[in-house]
Amino acid sequence: MNPLELAGARPEPAFTVTFDDRELQALPGWTVAAALWAAGITSWRTTRRDGRPRGIFCGIGVCFDCLVTVNDRPNQRACLVAVRPGDVIRTQEGTGHAD
Amino acid sequence: MPTDLAVIGAGPAGLAASIAAAARGVRVTLVDAAPSAGGQFYRQPATGLGARRAQALHHQWRTWTRLREGLDRHIAAGRVTHLTDHHVWNVERTSTGLTVHALSGPEQETPVAVRADAVLLATGGYERVLPFPGWTLPGVLTAGGAQAMLKGTLVVPGGRVVVAGTGPLLLPVATGLAAAGVAVAALVESAGPEDFARHAGALAAQPGKAVEGALYTARLLRHRVRILPRHTVLEAHGDDRLEAVTVAALDPAGRPRPGTARRIPCDTLAVGHGMLPHTELADTLGCRIDGVAGVAVDDEQRTDVPGVWAAGEATGIGGAALALAEGHIAGRSIAARLSGTAPDPRQWERVARSRAALRRFSTTLDGVYAPPAHWADQVDDATVVCRCEEVRAGTVREAVGRLGAGDLRTVKLLTRAGMGWCQGRICTPGVAGVAGCAPTAARSPFARPVPLDVLAREPLQEGPDAC
Ligand SMILES: Cc1cc2nc3c(=O)[nH]c(=O)nc-3n(C[C@H](O)[C@H](O)[C@H](O)COP(=O)(O)OP(=O)(O)OC[C@H]3O[C@@H](n4cnc5c(N)ncnc54)[C@H](O)[C@@H]3O)c2cc1C
Ligand code: FES
Repeated sequence: MNPLELAGARPEPAFTVTFDDRELQALPGWTVAAALWAAGITSWRTTRRDGRPRGIFCGIGVCFDCLVTVNDRPNQRACLVAVRPGDVIRTQEGTGHAD
Repeated sequence: MPTDLAVIGAGPAGLAASIAAAARGVRVTLVDAAPSAGGQFYRQPATGLGARRAQALHHQWRTWTRLREGLDRHIAAGRVTHLTDHHVWNVERTSTGLTVHALSGPEQETPVAVRADAVLLATGGYERVLPFPGWTLPGVLTAGGAQAMLKGTLVVPGGRVVVAGTGPLLLPVATGLAAAGVAVAALVESAGPEDFARHAGALAAQPGKAVEGALYTARLLRHRVRILPRHTVLEAHGDDRLEAVTVAALDPAGRPRPGTARRIPCDTLAVGHGMLPHTELADTLGCRIDGVAGVAVDDEQRTDVPGVWAAGEATGIGGAALALAEGHIAGRSIAARLSGTAPDPRQWERVARSRAALRRFSTTLDGVYAPPAHWADQVDDATVVCRCEEVRAGTVREAVGRLGAGDLRTVKLLTRAGMGWCQGRICTPGVAGVAGCAPTAARSPFARPVPLDVLAREPLQEGPDAC
């Protein structure tokens, strides 16, 4: 049993987004984090100091570990932001600004 | 929209209050950051997922149905306005009342102000996670976060999960994940049978709760989940993502028993050590906060700031049923006070009794579920304790030892721990434990990061302070 079956889900049609130029399928209602997780991706940021990978941690918008660049806008919280058709999602390096 | 009462937070507390107040003629604006009502406990799958059996992910579904119908009825009648996707960053006292400042829109950049005569803070809480080696690896997340992903998006983390830490949240998270088809390799809980035995009398006084716990446990056994009481996670392993955890049994003093360490392969660790209340909005309003326990309230759920009430986990951690009781009482108190009369507490006597019993029960649980007494000894110097600023335990220890920092504030100033994006919400308990200082509630000028141009436009009661 997967969670979609468990909840008797009949999702609206999936759409395509990209993550670092890789195409992913996403369902309407998903957050960016859900779309990445569903594709087996667990990190989408590197830290400013040590360049370590990070992904989701608190899952509810409190910790800011899940920051990601969406459509050229850095510092979006992947656990809160809804994913939209055609979104261009990129790993955020450091502050997300070329500095 | 004319508003008498602004309720911040649409979880059990905020919903119960909105319904109780609206039923008594109060015009309510309910402001919540989430796309739909429910809060943490009743988090709903996103609409686009077309879930026809969301109750399979939930408990107390009948209560939710009642809340949902009550809310819909008052919305239809124009008594409640529900602002979804609105992140409140400040509540301001003005000469004529209170103004709630929120940000909305997909980028959270559109400022919205709601003026009201009364405000209820029903912002709930978030999970506390104490640091351990490897806790910053992708694949390690909070137990509640795993639950939130499951309930809200029907996506599960990885294929093989260890659920660990301490607290009543671990059982529902492990059962939820197991029911959703995830292999739960182990449930690692630092409390042990003797901790429950010590409080057997008080636990038995809430038979419903004991039955709930037993049901979860039975379900875990059915899913063949290994339960490891009186155990702790010593370390998470992996290079760029989690591959395994090392767990060990604890001795009566709360130290790992030599020779009991073993490795459990997993791709996800859902971990938590209890919950902390969201107190930032109350703090900037000047409400009294009881240490790390939560916003201080009286029997009517009033804070010590006129016009400001608080209910649910913002006032202390105690679960959804307690949040409902507190929210209901707050809503009735507000309705009476706004019409200029003192409420008659006898009218909510039954609810007040259940509030008292649930508070006693949660105090008992605090005694049962505690992180291992010597958890900080397991945090080696190289472990990052402040995730945002990447401050290591060694740096914190040096601030205390060589540099002589004697309190948490000085430790933070010397190390930058707690000064990053999350404003100390996540790291404060960990940094305090490693430094050997008393933890204090994370203090930040705003409950949400605010774009500078919004700050420049909004009149503020207090400027952002330096730290
Ligand atoms: C991630 C997580 C998952 C949990 N899962 C479970 C579970 O499965 N089972 C269980 O028994 N308990 C769970 N809990 C415990 C749960 O918090 C309580 O049982 C219950 O939901 C508390 O109710 P509440 O009304 O006080 O707050 P909540 O339900 O937390 O509701 C608070 C609401 O306030 C909103 N909010 C907070 N700050 C702001 C702001 N600044 N601006 C706008 N809106 C804001 C939030 O979006 C949220 O909707 C969980 C807790 C967390 C943190
Ligand atoms: S995971 Fe913590 S803010 Fe997104």
